[in-house]
Amino acid sequence: MMFAVAAAGLIIPMLMALARGLMGPTLYDRVLAGNSFGTKTVLLIAVLGFIGGRPDFLDIALLYALMNFVGTIAILKFFRYRNLGIAGDAENGNGNGGAT
Amino acid sequence: MGSGLVNVAVDISLMTLLAVTAIGIIRSRHLFATAMLSGIYSLISAALFVTLDAVDVAFTEAAVGAGISTVLMLGAMTLTRRSEKHAVKLHIGPILVCLAVGAALIYGTVEMPPFGSTEAAGFKHIVPEYIAGSRDDIQVPNIVTSILASYRGFDTLGETAVIFTAGIGVWFLIGRRRREDEEDEKKTETPGDRA
Repeated sequence: MMFAVAAAGLIIPMLMALARGLMGPTLYDRVLAGNSFGTKTVLLIAVLGFIGGRPDFLDIALLYALMNFVGTIAILKFFRYRNLGIAGDAENGNGNGGAT
Repeated sequence: MGSGLVNVAVDISLMTLLAVTAIGIIRSRHLFATAMLSGIYSLISAALFVTLDAVDVAFTEAAVGAGISTVLMLGAMTLTRRSEKHAVKLHIGPILVCLAVGAALIYGTVEMPPFGSTEAAGFKHIVPEYIAGSRDDIQVPNIVTSILASYRGFDTLGETAVIFTAGIGVWFLIGRRRREDEEDEKKTETPGDRA
């Protein structure tokens, strides 16, 4: 029962993040909506593992969290540099110094 | 059973979210919103695959659908404009074809066995031989491993080669970076003005 409430409490924020992704006036609203939706998916998968009596889903949820993070970094880096091949090193700061 | 009811409720909510996202993708003319929504769509489908216990499919869906293809769509978007042209008229023919195909697919699911049923046709044909064989012939306790690595060994050989190549690539990437750092450290150390 507790996990059912937790699942419901996760699906409602998913709906809200989806609404922000649909309406979001700026680009960053939508990136953030996608990222937080991914986080809620990770949590939902963990809760689903406990509902189904298979807590080993937690490992998979961890992998999802990692991938969600990498994906968001990729999107933001893409918008920063317009290119994923640029290393964007911190010393030069402008992203032009890295290898292409 | 409480957990079954909860699973049905979760499935219905996820399906609703999927439908809302799909309608949002169709109606949105802003291409960046479409790219992000398709990533969200992939995440919902991945969660649905997890509820079906198809965790490997879910993982592929999340990696390819939400990860790589969002970036690829954004890359394609930089080559075009930010917003789509307004659709002028409603096409009746494609809608009818879609509805007919959808109805045929739903009609096809009516006689499907229930999920997880041992009476399903897929479990009747060759699976009993696999289950008995992996204990007696292959002698591997994990049936999935024995099917993938032994019964379908030639089929899996290609995937094994791909994973091996990917592993070698990662190894070279990590190894090269470390060596460059060491060389940089040596270069900075050679003048001898270490603080």
